[in-house]
Amino acid sequence: MDKNLYGILAEFDTATEMVDAATKVKEAGFTKTDAFSPFPIHEIDEALGIKRSILPLLVFFGGLTGLCLGIGLQVFVHYIDYPLNVGGRPYLSWPSFVPASYELTILLAGFTAVFGMLFLNGLPRPYHPVFNVPRFSLASREKFFLLIESADPKFDDETRSFMESLGPQEVFDVEE
Amino acid sequence: MSELKDIQQRIYPPMVEGDHTFGTVSDKIGDLTLKKSTPFFWFVGFGISFMVAQLLLMTVVYLLAKGMGIFGNNQPVGWAFPIINFVWWIGIGHAGTLISAILLLLNQKWRTSINRFAEAMTLFAVANAAVFPLLHTGRPWLAAYWLFPYPNTMGIWPQFRSPLIWDVFAVSTYATISLLFWYVGLIPDLATLRDRAKNKFFKFAYGILSWGWRGSARHWHRYELAYLLLAGLSTPLVLSVHSIVSFDFAVSQLPGWHATIFPPYFVAGAIFAGFAMVLILCIPLRVWYNMKDFITDTHLIYMGKVMLATGLIVVYGYAMEFYFAWYSAAPYEWFMMLNRVWYGPYWWSYWLLILCNGMSIQLLWFKRFRESPFWLFVISVIVSIGMWLERFVIIITSLNRDFLPSSWGMFAPTIFDITMFVGTLGFFFSLIFLFVRFLPIISIFEVRTLLPQANVHGHQQDFDESVLEVEYTYDRTDPPNKED
Repeated sequence: MDKNLYGILAEFDTATEMVDAATKVKEAGFTKTDAFSPFPIHEIDEALGIKRSILPLLVFFGGLTGLCLGIGLQVFVHYIDYPLNVGGRPYLSWPSFVPASYELTILLAGFTAVFGMLFLNGLPRPYHPVFNVPRFSLASREKFFLLIESADPKFDDETRSFMESLGPQEVFDVEE
Repeated sequence: MSELKDIQQRIYPPMVEGDHTFGTVSDKIGDLTLKKSTPFFWFVGFGISFMVAQLLLMTVVYLLAKGMGIFGNNQPVGWAFPIINFVWWIGIGHAGTLISAILLLLNQKWRTSINRFAEAMTLFAVANAAVFPLLHTGRPWLAAYWLFPYPNTMGIWPQFRSPLIWDVFAVSTYATISLLFWYVGLIPDLATLRDRAKNKFFKFAYGILSWGWRGSARHWHRYELAYLLLAGLSTPLVLSVHSIVSFDFAVSQLPGWHATIFPPYFVAGAIFAGFAMVLILCIPLRVWYNMKDFITDTHLIYMGKVMLATGLIVVYGYAMEFYFAWYSAAPYEWFMMLNRVWYGPYWWSYWLLILCNGMSIQLLWFKRFRESPFWLFVISVIVSIGMWLERFVIIITSLNRDFLPSSWGMFAPTIFDITMFVGTLGFFFSLIFLFVRFLPIISIFEVRTLLPQANVHGHQQDFDESVLEVEYTYDRTDPPNKED
């Protein structure tokens, strides 16, 4: 077997064909698989067995950090470091601390959502073996691709013919 | 069955018209950016906008050299054009977030083809808004220590009990989150442009900007989660931003500002003004760039309806201001109201405001006006003027005559007040023109999901056929109260 083979890529014309093929790939026991499409397809998550991401949990803690930071900052500024009597209001006038804490909650949660998503996705990654297939540039346009990585424990010489049996337009070897 | 189709068309009008495939959608939108020839109107539009933007540059240079005295602000009208313009611009931004976030959460498919440039509009409007309060500080580089909490050599902190500091946090968070939301939406489309670009430089630039996006199913999964979470976070954010802007006024003691109706009334006004600006931008764009397949007449009608609804909330706000002033039984409140609408020197601005915001939108009740892009455009321009006048009325007429007649005074803008405002308009449209030229103005990947081919096994996620059946049977049965 070719040492530099990253995986086998199959091209499909429609989303339905790809999802059906992905279901068969999963049933055949492959785990190191991926699908590429020009838009999000919800059915593919189930077909490939993609688990729900932990991103929402991260975002929750990001927001919580922002909230604590906001409250902490304002309590520190107006109660600990520089208590200032403004019109006889209490030093811990918490209702007026709400807006800034709230905005910081949203800010940090938003940062976590975006950068957490990019981090979990392993982006930015300008190079990836699949880009070596010239027709892969259509994945961002109109075609659907299914990949089985050579690192998959069930990957062998038969995999290519298995892919061809799923009814793709074309099957490509992806070189590393 | 064809009857069923008709009903389906009526309940769920198609959001993409014409025969499109994933490929043609990508080409049609992507080519605006990638094809070599730039249309003539672009040069004219950008040229004029860019020249007008020089007014802003000129005014800012003169302002920094001379100081705040070049503006007409003076006691008692210490807040004048800069704050009017700030509130006007930030309000315009709100429609972008409403379209991208709130309509996403409400699963409104029609947001898809207008969200991208509405978000761009938000960003540019917020950038213009931020110019005013920053420069209103006179020496922005010296203002940093009381605007942002950082340990400084003077050992003092910002005053977090002040709505003006809330504003700093709200607006900067809003600008940041809007930028992130917009950019995240752009990533898959930038990858499309990267894969289609022939020019080496653009291929490289879009490649860098798309961060190596390859459309992997796992990436899409997290991407959609992140997008939904951002929408969920932006929704309360956008409502909080204009509420906090309204606190700048409502927290003070001044008659005409000190009103509890302000937060919701400001938010509705912001969305109202923002939709007007979205219409002003998209009506010419869809004609010039031949985008009628994606920004259909249905889109315009929906936006007209949103404008009517939010406009009516704003008019309700005007009525409530009147009612509060009367019901409070406070002589200063009632005097302020009479001064605003009748006795005062600025009475004309109030009636102009009612004409622009209250009367003009009544035309939108009629199908003829709602369905005509020309009239929608005209009404949008009138509403934009009206919303500017609204802030003028709130700020100038409240300040010019307060409690003590001895401290009454008039306000007149100087030429620099005007050049600065007109300059930001130029700056805004220059940015819009640049955006239209270099980035996809419609979200390509989201439009792909609107095509029927995008539905796996022909199953349409949001289309409940049982609703159709009910409507169908309902249409076929005679009305129950029909005689004979």
